Amino acid sequence: MTATAPVATAPATRGPMLMLDDVHTYYGHIHALQGVSIEVEQGEVVTLIGANGAGKTTTLKTISGLLHPREGRVLFEGSDISRTAAHHLVRTGIGHAPEGRRIFSRLSVEENLQMGAFTRNQKEIGPELERVMTLFPRLRERVNQQGGTLSGGEQQMLAIARALMSRPRLLLLDEPSLGLSPILVQQIFSIIREINEQGTTILLVEQNAQQALNVAHRAYVLQTGHVVLAGSAADVASNESVRKAYLGED
Amino acid sequence: MTAAAVGRRGRRFGRDEFRDVLVRHRTVSILVGMSLVGFLLYFLPYVPPFSLFNFHQAWLNSFASAGVFVLLALGLNVVVGLAGLLDLGYAAFFAFGAYTYAYGASPFSGNHAPFLLMLFLGAVVAALFGLLLGAPTLRLRGDYLAIMTLGFGEIVPIVFLNTDEYTRGTNGIGGIYRPDLPILGPFGALDNFKYFVVMVFIITITMILLYRLQDSRIGRAWMAIREDELAAAANGINTVTTKLLAFAIGATTAGFAGVFNASKLTIVSPDQFLFAVSFTVLAMVVLGGMGNIWGVAVGAFVIALIQSTFLTQLNQFVSTFRGIPVLDILSRVNFIQYQFLLYGIALVLMMLFRPEGLFPSQRRRMELRVAEELDPEAEAKALEAAAASETVAGGGEPTDPVVVGAMGPPPGSDEDTARPYGDDRS
Repeated sequence: MTATAPVATAPATRGPMLMLDDVHTYYGHIHALQGVSIEVEQGEVVTLIGANGAGKTTTLKTISGLLHPREGRVLFEGSDISRTAAHHLVRTGIGHAPEGRRIFSRLSVEENLQMGAFTRNQKEIGPELERVMTLFPRLRERVNQQGGTLSGGEQQMLAIARALMSRPRLLLLDEPSLGLSPILVQQIFSIIREINEQGTTILLVEQNAQQALNVAHRAYVLQTGHVVLAGSAADVASNESVRKAYLGED
Repeated sequence: MTAAAVGRRGRRFGRDEFRDVLVRHRTVSILVGMSLVGFLLYFLPYVPPFSLFNFHQAWLNSFASAGVFVLLALGLNVVVGLAGLLDLGYAAFFAFGAYTYAYGASPFSGNHAPFLLMLFLGAVVAALFGLLLGAPTLRLRGDYLAIMTLGFGEIVPIVFLNTDEYTRGTNGIGGIYRPDLPILGPFGALDNFKYFVVMVFIITITMILLYRLQDSRIGRAWMAIREDELAAAANGINTVTTKLLAFAIGATTAGFAGVFNASKLTIVSPDQFLFAVSFTVLAMVVLGGMGNIWGVAVGAFVIALIQSTFLTQLNQFVSTFRGIPVLDILSRVNFIQYQFLLYGIALVLMMLFRPEGLFPSQRRRMELRVAEELDPEAEAKALEAAAASETVAGGGEPTDPVVVGAMGPPPGSDEDTARPYGDDRS
């Protein structure tokens, strides 16, 4: 694992890759996102941290089209995607590894990965499989095994790998460390860093704020549907209230 | 990747290779297989146990009628088995096919369109209604969808019942013209062989098309939706159109069945399309082996024959017991009346002892035999590796494959994962 946090490499010429502009999302009557504005520059790892129910997952689902905002706009590479359906956004270049992994538990690892490349030309799948399995050697060992029989960590790897199969330019990761042992958490985060170094922009939702801030360039802190703090990962990590609330320090 | 190539070992090499050939040349296999089945069925009634029961003509008649249920089961299998959408009102589409033919070729309407044209039209009309029903309801999931389709299945026959002017209500539309086909010529009431041939032909075509669909991109999309709809959407599958397509294709098949049935019975009436039909077809799909096209076809055929022939024969057989002490009770039982009781018992027993159906699909077989399929060596290695890296893991451990086989869904499947997305309105 590299110890130093990588430096942001943002081409300022084209504007941010992803921009949420005062987004309000509801579940029925529940006002989950109450005006969230965030930006993600190309090449960055940006993390959203916050407590349960702060709206982190809702934010990701709003971006990937699984939910649509009632107010505000979501811009991806300059175009408004607030109303675009999820399946369409996969083609546009947004990959989403949803919360709770949601792998196809009765399909084999290989079939899961093929499903991830559903939007792509079937001829391109081979090299893509190769690339993803190089990133996750464990999946190669288990290629014919049923998804549901994998261990928790392997399932998480499969979820990330599956999202990568569509070759997204922006990868949304929802709680990749959830329920994993400390060693596996380390592994997953070093893979996230690797994916980013290969050129994929990442928006990462995490409860494990320590690890997330370690890998991210910038961070947003969400609280009850609002962004309460934004800044470079280092700044956020050194913020007093963040240290108290999320990093478990007095 | 072919299904047969997954996790197989040398000891069953011959059989697997055979299966592999069948999969690779599916269309040819179906053509050859169905011709064989056709020939066998034609000669079967001459063979003793069968020849004792009934005349050859009566058998051919039962086979053709059973074929209607085979078609229905094949269609419902697309909706329930492949796409995983529970449809309890499937008989409605059967009704649309039948009534379309009644309008196209009967004295009541004054039209006499050719059978083949009506076969096509009946399927189109049924498919359109499939889309019409699907569009508003397919946003719902699971139980909600089942209840909606149940409602639709109830409404359709009632509408046909109450719009007397157009459908002649309870009496139904009678005197429907029989087919008149090239080569086979005009059909008569006793031309059971002609109906039989046409049925074999329709089923063959349907099976070829359904297998093609199952192996296509659409088939994979159905599989993904059946497994996890949200994940399917997150992987770029348009869940709405994919589900609609499943509904439309299921309805198309039911349309074929409806047209054929109307042309054979020469009458359509609302009572032919009650919930009992939807239920019977669903039971056939479950008993045959959900998701397995040929399994479902065999299941439907056997059950339909039991229903139409075996139970009648059983009645006649037990009636010979009259007057004999003890057995006399049996002689008073009308087994046809107990049809649904028998279905019920069969379903309960199936769910307890063979939940994957009589002829499970490759996938379900795999699922229920994970232990056997895994390479023991790789498994041992994996367990070792997992134990080393995951001593403190909280999110599920390498599963004992035997447990998976015995306990149903593997860990991490819907059943044991918290579902934060249960909101069907979203």
